[in-house]
Amino acid sequence: MAETKIIKDPHDRHPFIEQMSQLWRNKTAIAGMLIVSFFVVAAIFAPQLSPHSPVETSLYDQLKPPVWHENGSWKNILGTDDLGRDILSRLIYGARVSLLVSVFSVGLAFVLGTLFGALGGYYKGKLDSVIMRIMDMILAFPYLLLAIVVVAYLGPSLRNAMLAIGITYVPRFARIVRGSVLEECEKDYVTAARSIGARDWRIIFIAIIPNCLGPLIVQTTLSFASAILDAAALSFLGLGAQPPTPEWGAMIARSRSLILRASWVMTFPGIAILLAVLGFNLFGDGLRDALDPRLRD
Amino acid sequence: MLAYILRRILILIPTLLGVSIIVFLMLHVTPGDPAELLLGERATDEALAEIREHLGLNKPLYVQYGMFLKRLMKGDLGETIWTRQKVWVEVKQRFPATIELAVCALCIACFFGIILGIISATRQYSLFDYISMLGALAGVSMPIFWLGLVFMLIFSLNLGWLPLSGRLSIDVDLEIITNFYILDAIITRNWIALKDALWHIIMPAVTLSTIPMAIVARMTRSAMLEVLRQDYIKTAKAKGLSQFKVVFKHALRNALIPVVTTIGLQFGVTLGGAILTETIFAWPGVGKWMYDAVMQRDYMVIQGGTLFIATLFVLINLCVDVLYAIINPRISVN
Repeated sequence: MAETKIIKDPHDRHPFIEQMSQLWRNKTAIAGMLIVSFFVVAAIFAPQLSPHSPVETSLYDQLKPPVWHENGSWKNILGTDDLGRDILSRLIYGARVSLLVSVFSVGLAFVLGTLFGALGGYYKGKLDSVIMRIMDMILAFPYLLLAIVVVAYLGPSLRNAMLAIGITYVPRFARIVRGSVLEECEKDYVTAARSIGARDWRIIFIAIIPNCLGPLIVQTTLSFASAILDAAALSFLGLGAQPPTPEWGAMIARSRSLILRASWVMTFPGIAILLAVLGFNLFGDGLRDALDPRLRD
Repeated sequence: MLAYILRRILILIPTLLGVSIIVFLMLHVTPGDPAELLLGERATDEALAEIREHLGLNKPLYVQYGMFLKRLMKGDLGETIWTRQKVWVEVKQRFPATIELAVCALCIACFFGIILGIISATRQYSLFDYISMLGALAGVSMPIFWLGLVFMLIFSLNLGWLPLSGRLSIDVDLEIITNFYILDAIITRNWIALKDALWHIIMPAVTLSTIPMAIVARMTRSAMLEVLRQDYIKTAKAKGLSQFKVVFKHALRNALIPVVTTIGLQFGVTLGGAILTETIFAWPGVGKWMYDAVMQRDYMVIQGGTLFIATLFVLINLCVDVLYAIINPRISVN
């Protein structure tokens, strides 16, 4: 008898590999990833990359224009601000501040949101309605307003801005996780896990949560984008980073009075914010297409 | 349908109560003496004692909240620290400016957003589609406070086309009736003031419209693509109808249903974004007033303004939901 050969269907690949190759084919997502990595590298190697100190003032170098202007020089490629600080160096260190803020605030929202969403979705009933009502209350405020008010009460500082942004982002994560947990709870593997006596927290965090990671990753990436934007807005209003911290939003705020004399002081931080946020949004959109076809709009 | 609307209004009550609880608690969670926070550091002992008595700050928290609610019902939002004005009177004075700005921004956003979305959908994967969708993504990623400053630099300071800030030039007279300047100018047939008011609102409105415009464009495109794939569109095309008729008469109607919801929700978001825009353009609305209050640590204003905007936000979202049920008979209201 002839030997039966098992021929593997070339299209039958592991879903994860399938998703990654789909992501890889998505040119805009790759562009987003490149932009994001650019900023991550800048943030990590800020001390090595920046030509000058981000906070050191220099009386002789005030308001030097960028290098392509007539009076510009290679010493300060993007020019200097009114205190003679090098703008390029401040932008590079600014990437550090912005990324740190978004990591902390989105991290806080991720942990709290996942916890609340999982508890509500798993235990249902009263606990669920209490948690969801609280989430509705948070959503009853335009979120930038809520962040501003929270900082107004806690006092302006970068830490409080992170806290405020984190709090306002909790509902997005809670809703996703709750929805997924409600759906997954009906499935057989959860019943099976229960029948062999697994504890609740094990079922939730080891069995269920990994199954709704896709939408969570997408939401996290997109939240990074809005966290950078919101943190910059808060700092612009004087409620986030305090001087002399090199933060993009605060840099724009400071440049307002120089708008006519030295427009470059204002221009570059804005472009930096736009690019960083765009990078995360592009990457997040690509991830959504690859990981979570249901969410595609 | 009536039952649905009634139920939605009933759900409103716990939500608004929740809003009031959050606003109430914020003052008490904040470290420091609430009376001192409200009156500022330079307050006299008598004034402090008086406000403690008035707000019941010596009583248990739930009693204080009861008193707080009671005052709210009477429309008493307290007095501002610096000008000793009724907060409610100040809100009433300022909110027409904010609504005027938000409505203008939303009109701009809808007009351009929907047109961009339609063209992108009918020419999917064309160069136009790619550019406008990339533009929309850039719009969502835009720091609008920066964009506003860039507009100012270009159109006001360099080209001198548009006024820098404010709602009306000082030398223009306008009889104030509704406090919506554009409306007042039309009512009183004051065309000079109308032109001046429109000139002033262009830059802030365009700035504020950036993010909603991008979102509306993306939403219109995807809704349109969804509808264009359906059989009845093929039928319409097979009947020999022109592309224009198919798109605008048959497809757009159904595609607009989700777009309307998006637009409604964006109205609320615009109210939040107004704080940034109004601050940059010195637009005398609720947003700038709130910002000034945050800077001066006037907690009565922050409290009142937050309550007001959040209530407005909740009401708008309710209207959107009801409107959605009305225009889309397919969804079951249960």
